[in-house]
Amino acid sequence: MTRLGRWVGKHLMITLGLLVLLYMYIPNFIVALMSFNDASQSRNLYQFQGFTWDNWLNPCDPLGMCESLRVSISIGLAATLVSTIIGTLAAFALVRHRFEGRSTMNLVLFLPMATPEIVMGSSLLALFVAAGFGGQLGFWTILIAHIMFCISFVVVTVRSRLGGLDSNLEKAAMDLYADEWQTFWRITFPLVFPGILAAALLAFSLSFDDFIITNFTSGQTVTFPMFVWGAAQRGVPMQVNVIGTLMFLVALGAVIGGEVMSRRRARGRVRAAS
Amino acid sequence: MSPAEQAHGDLKLSGLHKRYPNGFTAVKSLDLVIPQGSFFALLGPSGCGKTTTLRMVAGLETPTAGTIEIGANDITHEKPYKRPVNTVFQNYALFPHLTIAENVEFGPKRRGVKDTRSQVKEILELTELTEQAAKKPAQLSGGQQQRVALARALINRPEVLLLDEPLGALDLKLRRAMQMELKRIQEEVGLTFVHVTHDQEEAMTMADTVAVMNEGRIEQLGTPYDLYTNPRTTFVANFLGRSNLVKGTVLGREGSGDDEVVKVDMHGTVVSIKAGRVHTDSSEGWIGIRPEKVLIQPAGTPVDAPGGYFAGAVVTEASYMGTSTEYRLRMPWGQELICFEQNTGRRGGLVPVGTQVDVSWRPEFAFLLDSSQDAEAGLEED
Repeated sequence: MTRLGRWVGKHLMITLGLLVLLYMYIPNFIVALMSFNDASQSRNLYQFQGFTWDNWLNPCDPLGMCESLRVSISIGLAATLVSTIIGTLAAFALVRHRFEGRSTMNLVLFLPMATPEIVMGSSLLALFVAAGFGGQLGFWTILIAHIMFCISFVVVTVRSRLGGLDSNLEKAAMDLYADEWQTFWRITFPLVFPGILAAALLAFSLSFDDFIITNFTSGQTVTFPMFVWGAAQRGVPMQVNVIGTLMFLVALGAVIGGEVMSRRRARGRVRAAS
Repeated sequence: MSPAEQAHGDLKLSGLHKRYPNGFTAVKSLDLVIPQGSFFALLGPSGCGKTTTLRMVAGLETPTAGTIEIGANDITHEKPYKRPVNTVFQNYALFPHLTIAENVEFGPKRRGVKDTRSQVKEILELTELTEQAAKKPAQLSGGQQQRVALARALINRPEVLLLDEPLGALDLKLRRAMQMELKRIQEEVGLTFVHVTHDQEEAMTMADTVAVMNEGRIEQLGTPYDLYTNPRTTFVANFLGRSNLVKGTVLGREGSGDDEVVKVDMHGTVVSIKAGRVHTDSSEGWIGIRPEKVLIQPAGTPVDAPGGYFAGAVVTEASYMGTSTEYRLRMPWGQELICFEQNTGRRGGLVPVGTQVDVSWRPEFAFLLDSSQDAEAGLEED
């Protein structure tokens, strides 16, 4: 066996792990690389021609791209806010209360996740047209559609967090002189918050990313995924890679930031204890 | 403290009844007075209603009927956070996102106490948790978590402290240590402790008064000594320690006052049972005797007890347990009795299986129970 072979044998786990990571992140590296591609000279847009800062310096050059990004972000934020509130409340009702039709409710909430998007998109379009909104398709109809499919995911995420929460904690808080309001804000909410945050992040990325349902319900409005799709017919402008890289960096920053904060908190705790 | 003041804080349950919507009645018209400052144990098997009773006192369950009073205050329908009662939960229910100090000061903070520092310091010292103040519950061992749960409740100086199987999750050695600890703390702070447990040894070693509960009712209430030596029902006789129960026919009473005895025919031998230990009016009864009160002697040698003895028993099993030996004896009428014998070395060895023995006991240790009761009641199924 060669030395390399032995090393691999010894470090099989880490080797496999690195390979999987590589597999997962290669697309991101390509996107980042292409954001520096000088595509102005060539027709073949999918080949690296030469290095340039132009794409980063003029990200809004392609006509309508930044407008579509703005639309996507505002729809994403609004859909996240509304679906997180409704979904969290629904999750509390489903976990904490025994009521008639509870199991039916669980099923009904699950169904949108199992329905093919293409079916949901076309039936939403049919609904909007039948309801007389055929002429006003756009921001609001997209938002309504996004809130609808995000709710299911929020409910499922928050419900699992809430289900793992010992209801004795709330009883203990009440026993220790906290009224209903204090019990919720001091015990229940802080403990469920990571679940709510995860649900909100999930909702935002689902909404931001959605193409199929959006395409049916958008009318003349163009979201970022729709812009990219449309542009891809002719040749994707390199600025799309800039936006892609930025999105990736924002996500990475959020993860690292969260990690650093929780480590700092843990270290502070140890210092306070010693 | 004057008697009037003492009465002020007694916990009084009157006609307390709990029936769940599914039709199950957990607690049946319970009447109980728990004196202020006492260490009281509610003992019973799972499902006997002891935890439901505790939760009703804490305000976590609503009684179907009856009242709960502390002193002169009726708290039956008071919200849990308005009761001068705190609970140590079975699984501790420590707030995982708060430090030990924050867990402990949770109660005082909610009651609007401005500076909790000295109180927290004092209670953490009492429960030996000073070192752990800045840690989170997950960083603590089971025994430490248990003490946090206790400190978090005690800091509020409640009129009544409720303990719901507080030692159930600890291993045996730690449990013994915590029993002593709890007893010490109770004596130090002088609050009323109501301790719910299914562990009879725990109840007996810790509590001043024990109420044995079964199927939503209190079977018997008294000091551990009274309950053990003079059980009133077959359930208590079996659940608290072990008992030999032998069928007998009541012949009549003799003597008067303290000397009054009831004569019972037990498979041909007449035994005398003190009137104060007779808990039946019927003509038949269960004669009860604790296994360690049963004396055996190889046939033909004199038995160390006054009065008569039963001849013709055979040792069918001998289990050596270090400090004592458990013998199983087949009586002439076919029943098996249990006998615990201290290994004092007097005998110079075990009585071999198959040996013919004479069996006896001091008459003052026997008790008589109602024959309509199930002789197997309260036996742990294992």
